[in-house]
Amino acid sequence: MTAAQLIKSFTLWEFVKAHMLTLKYFFKPKVTINYPFEKNPLSPRFRGEHALRRYPNGEERCIACKLCEAVCPAQAITIEAEPRDDGSRRTTRYDIDMTKCIYCGFCQEACPVDAIVEGPNFEYATETREELLYDKAKLLANGDKWERAIAANLEADAPYR
Amino acid sequence: MTATFIEWGMDAGWAMIVAAIIGSLLIALPLMLAVAMIIYVDRKVWASINLRRGPNVVGPFGLLQSFADGLKVMLQETIIPAAANKGIFLIAPIVTFTVALAAWAVIPFDAGVVLADINVGLLYILAISSLSVYGVVMSGWASNSKYPFFSAMRASAQMISYEVSIGFILVCVVLYAGSFNLSAIVMAQKGHGLGIINGYWFNLLLFPIWVMFFISALAETQRVPFDLTEAESELVAGYQTEYSSMSFALFWLGEYANILLMCSLNTLLFWGGWLPPLDIPVLYYVPGIIWFLLKTFFFFFMFSWVMATVPRYRYDQLMRLGWKVFLPLSLFFIVAISGWLMFTRYGGAA
Repeated sequence: MTAAQLIKSFTLWEFVKAHMLTLKYFFKPKVTINYPFEKNPLSPRFRGEHALRRYPNGEERCIACKLCEAVCPAQAITIEAEPRDDGSRRTTRYDIDMTKCIYCGFCQEACPVDAIVEGPNFEYATETREELLYDKAKLLANGDKWERAIAANLEADAPYR
Repeated sequence: MTATFIEWGMDAGWAMIVAAIIGSLLIALPLMLAVAMIIYVDRKVWASINLRRGPNVVGPFGLLQSFADGLKVMLQETIIPAAANKGIFLIAPIVTFTVALAAWAVIPFDAGVVLADINVGLLYILAISSLSVYGVVMSGWASNSKYPFFSAMRASAQMISYEVSIGFILVCVVLYAGSFNLSAIVMAQKGHGLGIINGYWFNLLLFPIWVMFFISALAETQRVPFDLTEAESELVAGYQTEYSSMSFALFWLGEYANILLMCSLNTLLFWGGWLPPLDIPVLYYVPGIIWFLLKTFFFFFMFSWVMATVPRYRYDQLMRLGWKVFLPLSLFFIVAISGWLMFTRYGGAA
């Protein structure tokens, strides 16, 4: 052990240096987002909770082509369809099992009419598992609730698609 | 206080008992409040150093966090493992808690503000802090579970090792002060450094002793970097693993009361207790208890600061530091200090 090392170890030099460093950090501004009160910005491409959209006239967009059901890698989507009274083809059942979904976004990529989309909402924790088995009514309600945000996001992302 | 009660027409014996009970409550209740706040401060300090926010939701600035935690813990069920030794299992946290409180009896908060002004206060504190290992050992043994058992073995070895060096360190202070009474030790520090600085820290012989005392106090209270008894990466939660509800909370309260005790000992033995930092008349207008609490809080901040900075020692490093560094060093300082005092204070070799 050299003299310098000896002096260093007896004056606890490394410890003093480390504590000075942490003291510097003590006075630095905090990096944590104060979550429920402030939130990080989200990309327009953010893939959150699903929603089924409608046309401005209120007609639902989904035409029951089942491309989303086919492409879904987690097989979370279940669709049943038959012609409606007016002859147009619509879903009678559109279920997404949110516990299976992996949020890959393939369904919204596959959709030819931009009906199923993943919106910007990520705060939909539930108290029971059953509440996460979304049906058509829930998805349409989501669509109605988030339409403005979803439309804005789609428009912002459109040039890159 | 006893005299007041006798004046009010109370029998002398009763007056003493009532005064003792009231005095104990006057220390214990603010102490519990202080412990609750200090846990909050601890978490806030770690958070700040980690660039986090820490508890900030319960109450203004999260000040009520500890009370919320306490309430939660009180509402929980006390789970006693089937294989545990029920009696000892339940007594262990009570022992830890009681012992942690008992040591506060001799701590002077201000001139004359002390529950038991006994002339061997320092010995009493040594004895009590040695007892505090029993709570840990009992809980580790009674849990009948491997991690608490390992933890208890580590705790007993660790606390005995560091008790030795703490004992020698205290001898140095006693040599200088010439008394075991904590109030007398504080008064002896008045104007010790250059006639103006209150406290033994401003002394080339005693400053290294204070550093050793501070580190030993970390080890004695099982704080990082000496928290091998609770090493969560190895031992789950150490001796607290099998505990829940209030018995768990008692461990926590006891632990933090011990930490505060060590902080206040730092203040009393080396930094002039309730005396202001400088021996200037103006500073004496601030009540002594304020100085005492400020200094104690500062040392608590240092405890947190260390916790957020250094990693945990390995077990052999802990033992090496205790037996091969602190023990010879403190012995050396005892000889050096007694020799110095012999020649300066007592006029050379007798």
